[in-house]
Amino acid sequence: MDKVNVEKQKIFRSNLITFGMVIAAYIVVEVMMKTGNITSLLKGLLVPLCIYSILAVSLNLVVGISGELSLGHAGFMCIGAFTSATWSMLMKSSSMPEGIRFFFAILIGAVSAAFFGFLIGIPVLRLKGDYLAIVTLAFGEIIKNLVNALYFGVDAKGPHFSLEDSMHLNMDGGTIIIKGAQGITGAPKNSNFTIGVILLLIALFIVLNLINSRTGRAIMAIRDNRIAAESVGLNITKYKLLAFTISAAIAGVGGVLYAHNLSSLQALPKNFGYNQSIMILVFVVMGGIGNIRGSVIAAVVLTLLPELLRGLSDYRMLIYAVVLIFMMLFTSAPAFMQYRERIMTALHGKNKGGKEMD
Amino acid sequence: MKKVLSVVLAGAMAASLVACGSSSTGTTNAASGDKAAETTAAAASGDSGAAASSDLKWKFGSQGPLTGGAAVYGTAVVNGAKIAIDEINENGGINGYQVELQTADDEHDQEKAVNAYNSLKDWGMQALIGPTTSAPTIAVGAEAVNDNLFMLTPSGSAVDCTNTANAYRVCFSDPAQGAKSAQYIGENKLATKVAILYDSSDVYSSGIYESFASEAQNYGIEIVDTEQFTADSKTDFSTQLQKMQASGAELAFLPFYYTEAALVLTQADTMGYKPIFFGVDGMDGILDVENFDTSLAEGLMLLTPFAADATDDATVNFVTKYKEAFGGTPIQFAADSYDAAYIIKAAIEAGNLTPDMSVDAIGAGIEEQMKTLKYDGITGSGMTWDEKGDVDKEPKAVVIKDGVYVSAE
Repeated sequence: MDKVNVEKQKIFRSNLITFGMVIAAYIVVEVMMKTGNITSLLKGLLVPLCIYSILAVSLNLVVGISGELSLGHAGFMCIGAFTSATWSMLMKSSSMPEGIRFFFAILIGAVSAAFFGFLIGIPVLRLKGDYLAIVTLAFGEIIKNLVNALYFGVDAKGPHFSLEDSMHLNMDGGTIIIKGAQGITGAPKNSNFTIGVILLLIALFIVLNLINSRTGRAIMAIRDNRIAAESVGLNITKYKLLAFTISAAIAGVGGVLYAHNLSSLQALPKNFGYNQSIMILVFVVMGGIGNIRGSVIAAVVLTLLPELLRGLSDYRMLIYAVVLIFMMLFTSAPAFMQYRERIMTALHGKNKGGKEMD
Repeated sequence: MKKVLSVVLAGAMAASLVACGSSSTGTTNAASGDKAAETTAAAASGDSGAAASSDLKWKFGSQGPLTGGAAVYGTAVVNGAKIAIDEINENGGINGYQVELQTADDEHDQEKAVNAYNSLKDWGMQALIGPTTSAPTIAVGAEAVNDNLFMLTPSGSAVDCTNTANAYRVCFSDPAQGAKSAQYIGENKLATKVAILYDSSDVYSSGIYESFASEAQNYGIEIVDTEQFTADSKTDFSTQLQKMQASGAELAFLPFYYTEAALVLTQADTMGYKPIFFGVDGMDGILDVENFDTSLAEGLMLLTPFAADATDDATVNFVTKYKEAFGGTPIQFAADSYDAAYIIKAAIEAGNLTPDMSVDAIGAGIEEQMKTLKYDGITGSGMTWDEKGDVDKEPKAVVIKDGVYVSAE
């Protein structure tokens, strides 16, 4: 009995640190903004930092907790971004207050991404390991290409779709909202740092609670030993699908933030292609598979890093890659882990170390 | 173990946040070695405002994709701007003040473009020559309008690029190019049956295609076949070319960039398909593609405001300098950006602006002058700008004969 309580307390404390970390970072940044002590670069990066943290948390649920390798998270993000931006564009001229409109935009983004997650999950979660990775990779690419070919407009007669070009919409006046490769232009800028942090906290709350719930334990049991889990009567498909759908919904929310942060939304290979999916996976692997707090930190560090290296101009990406490799070795290679332990104790003696970077 | 690590990472994060925050006070560590000194000095003079006027400099930014798939365009824009700024500085600067140019990489991504813009803003940028590509231009435009920072995109061609009051462009907008191509083909009776091949995943290409297709019937052109490809499948065009050949079109309209066009021409030649090929300004550069047999481009017509082989003094001067400094023949992007720097110079001189004015005042001043400015550059003579910020200039139709551009008229 006591042992269980101690364990529970430990989890509670660990979760508290995670939430505290996010809230502390928020307060620090808010103070910096109030005192005008912040650069435009960092100010512009605040929402993207929230977006990538949310995505990292979302993917960690699939990769870390459910133990499946998904390479299609940018696809879910893309769905969330485009559905919510379409909603906002449709409602832009109506009298709906901005706050309520954005709230619905978030809901729509999350629900539609969850729907696609569910849909793709049914056949895909029967696959294991490499196969799942390949199918989700293909899914992400399909979504990107589909959006690039999609034309959508609304006039007095209702909505028009086309996969050809805007002439095939046969519009009678009205406005074209999604213009194929040109995407959506002029979505309202509703995302801000406060909303981003609130959404990140909600995402953390959902995922951390899920992990420590009965459902979460079932999901992890399936990850650790599928046959044993099945033998005690766990419904494998149900739990896997649940984790995958929730993860897709959270990724969709990341997409909503993304779409309402920039005035032009296009599905470029850079933002919704497989490179982005891999980037999110890098955050997860870097922060520790299954370690939610770690993935938030990794997302923040790896998003900030290339921007802070801007001064190095041409060598920026080279150094970024080198740093990435080094960090990966530093956190995961056995030999480095021993070194690290030694370095840690040495650094602790000299009071936290990291400050010298300033 | 994990806990210790996360504490350290959190520490690193906090440290980087602090580093970020402190750079506004002039001790930036984000600048590279040789630039660090001037950046610090610049930030300091920006802070105090009343620093010695001999130290005052114009600060222009330029941004575009310097890495990744679209790097060739961003690099051209940045290089073109560099040549112009060097020339301007040699000839005594603008209103007596020298010009400093800082460049930033936006990776052809909206989000990174805003980051690049913000980093230039932190540096103290007063006017922006860029961004290079359309989506970043739209995203940066929405940010820059809040500061009323004047931006002149050399090559952002989508209609929405000039939506904001502070955004102007040097190149044609996509619809303008499509419409002008249809007009040229129709009025010169080049063909009545036209087949089109375009990149449906590319904003530039699909934008031109749409305006061409909607204008075509006004000039008695029948579009007998429309074929598409995407960025993911742009190496094999044989299926599309076969359909185009079967459709009996006399002219093939190719509104995309020269890299793909070189492949299309090569594959069409292998198939023995020889209609009139007609391109737009993105086609400029095709004669310099490596391993491309330029005889295949014989008879290719293109509508472009800039031809690197033109013999007027200004173009020859620019092309020679570009070759000396960076090697290779400049593409249209470089020429647009070269003009952009001079256009900003002309507007500043007309408005009698000085670098000690605020960014907002400089922006308002330049925008005021752009309404009446008339500029002769290497990408067109007698350029004027409308209310929206779009340029009006005449494109030149050129045809490739014996491996060089000659005027089609």
